[in-house]
Amino acid sequence: MPKWSGPLEKVDDYRWRIPKNYKPGMRVPGLIYADQGMLQQIREEQALEQVANVAFLPGIVGHSLAMPDIHWGYGFAIGGVAAMRMKDGVVSPGGVGFDINCGVRILRTNLTEDEVKPKIKELVNALFTNVPSGVGSKGKIRLRAGEIDEVLVKGSRWAVQQGYGRPADLETTEENGEIPGADPSRVSHRAKERGIPQLGTLGSGNHFLEVAVVDQIFETDTAQVMGINRVGQVMLLIHCGSRGLGHQVADDYVKEMVNAMSEYRIDVPDRQLACSPVESRQGQAYLAAMRCAANYAWANRQCITHWVREAFCRILGKCEEDAGLELIYDVAHNIAKIEEHTVDGHRETLCVHRKGATRAFPVGHPSVPQKYARIGQPVLIPGDMGRVSYVLVGTERAMQETFGSTCHGAGRVQSRAAAKRHLRGSEILKELEARGITVRAESLPGLAEEASEAYKDVTAVVNVTHKAGISRIVSRTRPIGVIKG
Amino acid sequence: MRRYRLIEHTADIGLVAYGRNLAEAFANSAYGLFSIIAELRPVREVESHTVELQEKDKESLLFEWLNHLIYLFDVETIIFKRFDIEDFDGQRLKAKCYGEKYDPSRHRLKLGVKSATYYLLKVDAEKNQVRVIFDV
Repeated sequence: MPKWSGPLEKVDDYRWRIPKNYKPGMRVPGLIYADQGMLQQIREEQALEQVANVAFLPGIVGHSLAMPDIHWGYGFAIGGVAAMRMKDGVVSPGGVGFDINCGVRILRTNLTEDEVKPKIKELVNALFTNVPSGVGSKGKIRLRAGEIDEVLVKGSRWAVQQGYGRPADLETTEENGEIPGADPSRVSHRAKERGIPQLGTLGSGNHFLEVAVVDQIFETDTAQVMGINRVGQVMLLIHCGSRGLGHQVADDYVKEMVNAMSEYRIDVPDRQLACSPVESRQGQAYLAAMRCAANYAWANRQCITHWVREAFCRILGKCEEDAGLELIYDVAHNIAKIEEHTVDGHRETLCVHRKGATRAFPVGHPSVPQKYARIGQPVLIPGDMGRVSYVLVGTERAMQETFGSTCHGAGRVQSRAAAKRHLRGSEILKELEARGITVRAESLPGLAEEASEAYKDVTAVVNVTHKAGISRIVSRTRPIGVIKG
Repeated sequence: MRRYRLIEHTADIGLVAYGRNLAEAFANSAYGLFSIIAELRPVREVESHTVELQEKDKESLLFEWLNHLIYLFDVETIIFKRFDIEDFDGQRLKAKCYGEKYDPSRHRLKLGVKSATYYLLKVDAEKNQVRVIFDV
């Protein structure tokens, strides 16, 4: 793979610009959030070329943005944010990705490490058994004929109505777990066929469940509002997406938009950037279908939440009230949203693509739940399975610079094949056990692919967003138990 | 003759497939795809599916061919390992695909593949080679 040798101008220690004149056809400059050390790594691959390519898309405003966890993707880089004007801009399924509304949620508990650690093996086994995972995993939910359409429209609310979780969960989920404008008639039969048996499954790849312990609190008052009270407190993380349903929606519309490009006389440097005007028939149909997939993903995480609570209470011998298990928040990190932002001093309605990026709205934004009105929207940044994860909050600066967005995770630095060459799943398992982390994985080679060494250090990633002011670090957790698909 | 070689990509995985003609390169790309998904040695050829596709160009045909197989694997849980292309002209493809339904007691799945992508996708009709990057 060739190194990227394009031009980068230093704005400050955490911001780097790809000038608009780098390639003819770029409509805006690129802006990368990274420190000097990360840039070396980022330049090793073609992610920055992808940032420049996204700047070609019609109607893009501000910058083609890259978060510090940026890495080489397909079409858009992973860790990319791009906002397009509604009136003359485009929407691109490649700017969301195939795993629509892949996202993370975190539950707080009233228990401490001392209480959970003695039962961690049983807990990890119970979570592994209670939540279906792995390649091609099928769920235990049996939908009635036509019920899938309800899932696609109601999202988390459908799940709660079926008894999966609590009504309060909806308040602390991005979009309340039910993004409006979802139209199941825009979702293909094939997508539904894939989605029906997979509802309530974790999947494979980098998806996981984690039992974690708070090991540092940086902002005590902010953390308190979220119910993060003390070091040693046990938390539960869930990371997964929209499974085959989302993948098929993305496939269907990438294909449709590749075919529609000539109709709108749009030319892009990479077919995977295929797009259509936001207001066009294809653009509106994609958004309506993408929202269905987003709602499916929220329903999916909601069902899994229920089984996680069930397993936790059974193993720890607690009722749900005593255990706590409140949902702190749920974020989407692969999604396109219609949002209002200020561009050059004017209010504009934009289609904001976040691909491997998290919404990070500040104090006072109407989309932030009432509960968090005075702290800003919680942002959840999982690390890799051997390292720490963070809770942050959104800031006003993110609103001004990044359309209210920040990073989403650690970001890969090593290919899956390279990770497997260097490390064996069984060795990693032993090493993690030695460090006090209990792991259950559907596949051992899969475990090697997700080893710490394959990722950037998430601490370096969140530090950049914190220092650049596009989100603020609140607390850090470390894993004691991990379930990998 | 080598059927395919894997391409390393930071987050994902790709392959270049070869053939004596383009049809064979398409068949080998599918074989490569299922080698990524599962260990193919224990898979028997006991189920078959006929796939018929018509697309506007050879690139879209490759994208659709691989994604169709991913879809079939997802809904039918059939691991395919042999692909007899019966009809092929660069825009049209008819193939009989053989494999076996996933049986956890005998088969080992390796990696979930979400989709083929258009990124760096290439169909070289002169060299009878195709290249594709998958989202995994």
